[in-house]
Amino acid sequence: MNARPGGFSVSREVLFAFAALAVVLGLGSVFHAHGLFFKPETHALALWAVSGYGILACGMTVVIVTAGIDLSVGSLVALAGIVFAMGTMNAEWPGWIAVPAAVLVGAACGLFSGTLVALLRLQPFIATLAMMAFARGMAKWLTGGVKVQKMPPPATVEALNAKLAIFGVDVSISVFLFLGCVALTASFLRALRFGRYVYAIGDNEEAARLSGVPVRLTKTLAYVLCGALAGLAGVLFAAVERQGNPDAGVGYELTAIAMVVVGGTSLMGGRGGVVLTVLGALTIGYLRKILDINGVPTPQQLMITGGIIVLAVLVQSLKTEG
Amino acid sequence: MTAALARLSGIGKIFSGHAVLEDVDFELRAGEVHVLAGENGAGKSTLIKILGGVHAADAGEVVVGGIPRRFRSVQEAARAGVAVIHQELSLAPALSVEDNLFLGRERRGFLGVVSARAQRRAARALLQRVGLAVDPRVAVGALPVAARQLVEIAKALGQDARVIAMDEPTSSLARTEAERLFALIEELKRGGAGIVYITHRMEEIYRLADRISVLRDGRMILTRPAGELDRATLVRAMVGRPLDEQIHREPVPPGAEVLAADAVTVRGRTGLLLAGVGFALRAGEVLGVAGLAGSGSSDLLHALFGDRRAEFRGLRIGGRPAQVRSPREAMGRGIALLTADRKRSGLCLSLSVAENATLAALPQLSPGGIRRPRREAAAAARGVTALRIRCRSAAQTVRTLSGGNQQKVAFAKWIETRPRVLLLDEPTRGIDVGAKHEVYDLINRWTAEGMGILLVSSELPELLGLADRVIVLHRGRLTAQLDRREATPDRVIAAALGGEDRGGTAA
Repeated sequence: MNARPGGFSVSREVLFAFAALAVVLGLGSVFHAHGLFFKPETHALALWAVSGYGILACGMTVVIVTAGIDLSVGSLVALAGIVFAMGTMNAEWPGWIAVPAAVLVGAACGLFSGTLVALLRLQPFIATLAMMAFARGMAKWLTGGVKVQKMPPPATVEALNAKLAIFGVDVSISVFLFLGCVALTASFLRALRFGRYVYAIGDNEEAARLSGVPVRLTKTLAYVLCGALAGLAGVLFAAVERQGNPDAGVGYELTAIAMVVVGGTSLMGGRGGVVLTVLGALTIGYLRKILDINGVPTPQQLMITGGIIVLAVLVQSLKTEG
Repeated sequence: MTAALARLSGIGKIFSGHAVLEDVDFELRAGEVHVLAGENGAGKSTLIKILGGVHAADAGEVVVGGIPRRFRSVQEAARAGVAVIHQELSLAPALSVEDNLFLGRERRGFLGVVSARAQRRAARALLQRVGLAVDPRVAVGALPVAARQLVEIAKALGQDARVIAMDEPTSSLARTEAERLFALIEELKRGGAGIVYITHRMEEIYRLADRISVLRDGRMILTRPAGELDRATLVRAMVGRPLDEQIHREPVPPGAEVLAADAVTVRGRTGLLLAGVGFALRAGEVLGVAGLAGSGSSDLLHALFGDRRAEFRGLRIGGRPAQVRSPREAMGRGIALLTADRKRSGLCLSLSVAENATLAALPQLSPGGIRRPRREAAAAARGVTALRIRCRSAAQTVRTLSGGNQQKVAFAKWIETRPRVLLLDEPTRGIDVGAKHEVYDLINRWTAEGMGILLVSSELPELLGLADRVIVLHRGRLTAQLDRREATPDRVIAAALGGEDRGGTAA
């Protein structure tokens, strides 16, 4: 059983993903950096650091369950960030126009990738690799290759950096947006017919098609959703940096894929889910945080992260035996 | 008789808490064909996978060549002289025939470099033994299934195995190829090898077997010399109850026309797959479509389901002119297609029984695109009950069901859409005797309820036993149209070979 639509019982996959997170949290309580790990602020910051990537990972999950992949989300972060920054800073759009505009640009790029995959039957890897290059180029072209900045930053940018006090701890708005995206994608996959179609296509596209599943529409929508979420993530990353950076988001698609995979969603499609991805995102996010507070330098952090990905996926593959 | 080549004793195997084999004893002697019979899910394949090193037994002992073994891999088993020809072909499609034949045991020459010439020579010799005339340099993926099956057999021969297990080796072979295989088996027997042979075909069992063992629900029911085991006893041992080998068809007075066409034409890449085939199907009727491989019978079903681009002349559904341009459109008009290959195109194997059973009817079950878990659960429960699907729960993964139960899930998926026309493409392929009879009962029940069924089956007794009328195709052309009394095996075969040509269309 996996975290599948309709099934709300705690599945083995979820238990495994929880176990991985528990191991990392256990490490944190051993290497607590003089009690720093036990401070609520540390956790608020860890969640904040995860949220942008986590939003990417939610959309990525939907695409991966269809047995696809989206390599373009990192570039879409840059492109959407540019649209948002130019809108708020240069054109002085209000937030209710600038944010949806950036999300729409992401969705439009997703629509394009999705069309290439679903209608023209390009391999997802290739179609989104092309979109990755195209969107990056577009971001640079729009800005002439320079960053978009304005001092002082517009009110919308500051509003997105606001924090809400939860039990006396300041939690960034982006954490709540992340949770909102989790709820959104999870309910898409579980509560909508669309979600069932996503799993069926990922498991056996031919059987799904011959059962009347609208394969092309469903696949296209998966990429649209992934692109729209990448657009939203792009807004958040731009807001944090208080600028639109055409070089932002490089390699983020790989972080998002790592989060999905560590959670236990199979790249073969048809299995997995957003709850797993959240656990995978937290596992990777907390690992980084713990290494951070213990002063482990970035090169070693990356090496350890690589090891953890292999380890997590190996453990995941054990459970599918027999 | 001669000594045992292999002996398995007290074998037990548990898959995810479910005992697949329990205390099974099995022995293979030199120079014998030992047929392993049993229904799907009885544990036959698991047993030979244990013998071949694919699975490790959880209990019991494996003795090969007088030495107790614990094979940890297929390679280890191969070194001990055991070769298994699996049902799911285990060849690498992108590699050439010769590379597949010697995969893992390449002929090494000077400095350990693979010796291409020696390998090619050996490959040619092996292919000749199995009677396969292909260039050993061709990629396996480019060969038809039957040829691949023969490559697989050649591969086992190349290992000089003394213990050879074959899991339904003739399932995709044509008559002449199967004959060639039987001759080869005789040759292997004379050479002192022992052969474990799994098949569902009665004729093959009695043609080949020296001894027969029957597995049922993971237990060994009996082992006897073939001469001392009559068919009735064998079937009873397999099914666990006496079973009528006759196929019952309860004819229903035909009702109104549900699906008909004056001419269906399908163009393939190299020519016409179907050339103006006409037919008419009425409510309560089973119309059989007979034909050899390449006759276009399967193409006819796929065309009517909107899955093949086809030209229709005078297509009528429910008596009214209609079109089908996609599976969705066909479904909307009350047509359902059960495909011939349930694993490839029929089921989502890693999804649950419930998810598969509700997939086609999901639009009706989830109005407005929003799922109604309770409705879905009710629909799944209906399917499980109506088709008597044996599963632990509707949440069980379809992959873990036996072939017969998987097929019933595929049926359940379509019945939930309440079709008026059921297109059945090889509905009993690869399922056991008991499940076959359940399918026959269902066909009777559904036609009694007014459904029209178009049936394609390569098993002639089944086709003639069930069909009220038969149309025969030969290379995309209609060569005969026979009612139940006229449809004798001789006439159908003659027409399938192109004989009795009565022109193109018929009403």
